Amino acid sequence: MSRIGVFVCHCGLNIAGTVDVEKAARLMSNYPGVIYASDYVYMCSDPGQDMIKEVVKEKKLDGIVVAACSPTMHEITFRNTVASIGLNPYRCEIANIREQCSWVHQDNKEIATEKAVQIIEATVEKLKLDKSLVPLSIPITKKALVIGGGIAGIQASLDIADSGYEVVLVEKNQSIGGHMLQLSETFPTLDCPQCIATPRMVQVGQHPKIKLLAYSEVEEVSGYVGNFKVKIRRKVSFVDWDKCTGCGLCIEKCPVKVLSEFDEFLAKRKAIYTLFPQAVPNKPVIDSNNCLYFTKGKCRACEKNCSVKAINFEQKDSFIEEDVGAIIVATGYDLMDKAEIGEYGYGKYEDVIDGLQAERVLAPAGPTNGIPYRPSDGKIPKEVVFIQCVGSRDPEHYYPYCSKVCCMYTIKQAMLYKHAVPDGQAYVFYMDIRCNGKGYEEFLQRGIEEDRILYIRGRVSKVFKDGDKIEVWGADTLTGRKIEISADMVVLAMAMVPSQGVKKLAEKLRLATDEYGFLTEAHPKLRPVESLTAGCFLAGAAQAPKDIPEAVAQASGAASKVLSLFSQDVFYHEPIIGSVDEEVCVGCGNCVNICAYDAVELDLVTKVAKVNPALCEGCGACSAACPSGAMQQNNFGKRQIFEMVDAFTKG
Amino acid sequence: MANFEPKIVGFLCNWCTYAGADLAGTSRMQYPPNIRPIRVMCSGSVDSAYVLRALLEGADGVFIGGCHPGDCHYVSGNYKERRRITVLKSILKTLGLDDNRVWIRWVSASEGKRYADTISEMTSHLKKLGPNPISKYWSL
Repeated sequence: MSRIGVFVCHCGLNIAGTVDVEKAARLMSNYPGVIYASDYVYMCSDPGQDMIKEVVKEKKLDGIVVAACSPTMHEITFRNTVASIGLNPYRCEIANIREQCSWVHQDNKEIATEKAVQIIEATVEKLKLDKSLVPLSIPITKKALVIGGGIAGIQASLDIADSGYEVVLVEKNQSIGGHMLQLSETFPTLDCPQCIATPRMVQVGQHPKIKLLAYSEVEEVSGYVGNFKVKIRRKVSFVDWDKCTGCGLCIEKCPVKVLSEFDEFLAKRKAIYTLFPQAVPNKPVIDSNNCLYFTKGKCRACEKNCSVKAINFEQKDSFIEEDVGAIIVATGYDLMDKAEIGEYGYGKYEDVIDGLQAERVLAPAGPTNGIPYRPSDGKIPKEVVFIQCVGSRDPEHYYPYCSKVCCMYTIKQAMLYKHAVPDGQAYVFYMDIRCNGKGYEEFLQRGIEEDRILYIRGRVSKVFKDGDKIEVWGADTLTGRKIEISADMVVLAMAMVPSQGVKKLAEKLRLATDEYGFLTEAHPKLRPVESLTAGCFLAGAAQAPKDIPEAVAQASGAASKVLSLFSQDVFYHEPIIGSVDEEVCVGCGNCVNICAYDAVELDLVTKVAKVNPALCEGCGACSAACPSGAMQQNNFGKRQIFEMVDAFTKG
Repeated sequence: MANFEPKIVGFLCNWCTYAGADLAGTSRMQYPPNIRPIRVMCSGSVDSAYVLRALLEGADGVFIGGCHPGDCHYVSGNYKERRRITVLKSILKTLGLDDNRVWIRWVSASEGKRYADTISEMTSHLKKLGPNPISKYWSL
């Protein structure tokens, strides 16, 4: 028989004003299994808690029900109270008779009292079957994996490494830096991204705690928080990076020229190439699709000219395995595929370019060293039209979300263009101008007032070629007039989408994505840098469109989450999780399929379900799916719920 | 019949509906006392057997409250429950029960009013339906 104590709180008049608390305590003292019941004005006060401690000790209680406010308020208080005198905290339950009884039934005291008593009775029934649980402790490997070497990944890696923990940074390209290194300048300060990002890149490259794996991709991930096993593919570069000194002679001697991805196909690179001069690591890779040796079986100019014999045409992909305790995903963004856009002549006319191409056109380190030119004939454009919200905020055709950075980078691009071509004109077609950051609105005003950027509120209806001009027809919805501009170049602020391949990576990491492929945070407001997979954190535009300050802030946030995980030797996990009665389980696998966290698997030997306590988040879906009752949630067992239902329906 | 007060057993998910019900209390919104709330971690953990148990034991209605679609704290528990209840409802009819005795509704943590309104609405709906006939057969 249980030895349960019931403590009914008056909460001043909050409860006692409606519920007859003395009567409730009196009735409960006669309830089966209850050997003590009393009421007190404020249970959560020190005297109230002391009283509970005294009674638990004196009456040798094995569990208590505190009938008071919602468990979200004081469950932890009372659990700590009983834990302090050696009673298992999971043997303390709260009966919510304030928020869900006294406060909502103020005009009928009798019925409120009857309901409160029933709520307490049902809670006592649950408590009778509550197990004494102990939080799980899971050992932690204090090493982090950061996926993606853009500015978010760089920041997260540095934050963790500077705190003394090892970091493995995996980047799919041959250099870290990400899209930031492609940018011309950065809003709203017009800092040059090379100037501000390359010192960070060098720090990463030289950091004794960071293992930089460039030109690599995550192949497989297994394990769980604190104990991930990651297999990483080091993609074949045909260059032995250990030998390569980065002298660049191979690049100089390579006879093949192809369009450069880094320059957004506006300039050429060689078949053996680095991304940009400040690359970290500054090692080249051979593009086997275009290399003469791979396509025609001859040339080998790079090999002949390499004094350290670093070129190796026989190289293959290699794999390495790392054990890590936490993972930060910072895979960034791409612009939407131009094949998707049917309007505005993008992909049809050379002089209609996207936002990233415009960055290269305007970049001081770009193909023309910052002198704006139009791709078709290299002339300096005199009239440039910027079109905002191309693909974004367009639920009928493309994406309903706002890409967030386009308003700002368009101001910057128009401004840089005007600085380079003072007699030129920049027009911006916009829907709304969103400048919600520090110094952003001022930046817009500067663009309009000092640089005379002409803002036209309205959409563009038609873009077509007329001679060497691009005709842009649109509407100014503020004046109601039709606008026709003969432009030399058109820049489309295209929607940001998650970077290619993130879907596959999300599957490997068991991360949820939204319908557009952006990674889903654990809670949109309160857990914005965590994912639903314990131990996996999110940073940067992989989660949603973001600008640089936001991406960096989120990266530092994710890093601090990793550090707080690493600050303990073991990780404590709530024990309200699924547990299997192996004698009853028939191994049907329903629980395996229904689990959103891949926390259940069928044991290969015994053929019964097995819960991985570290992965289980304790939702109880498996228990509801189990046809035999073998799978039950700790302290939310089926028998417990039945007893509560019975307590509520009796009489 | 005029004085019939239906008994409702409610399963409220910890993260949304339970918090919504708490908010109704904090805001002192008054609603009929007919609901008896049971806190569960997720609406997706509500076994059909719980619902049947409640109905067989004489509850006149069963309420299941979960997070709005897309907001489930556990990714998709609310969808799982919605499917489960859809299937269960088809069985209820064969038991001679009106499938409208079981309500599944989405109430977020900020929707105290929605919770209070829903419980009021369900209570008056059940008053019209009358007592659960099964409890009568059961006692035979």
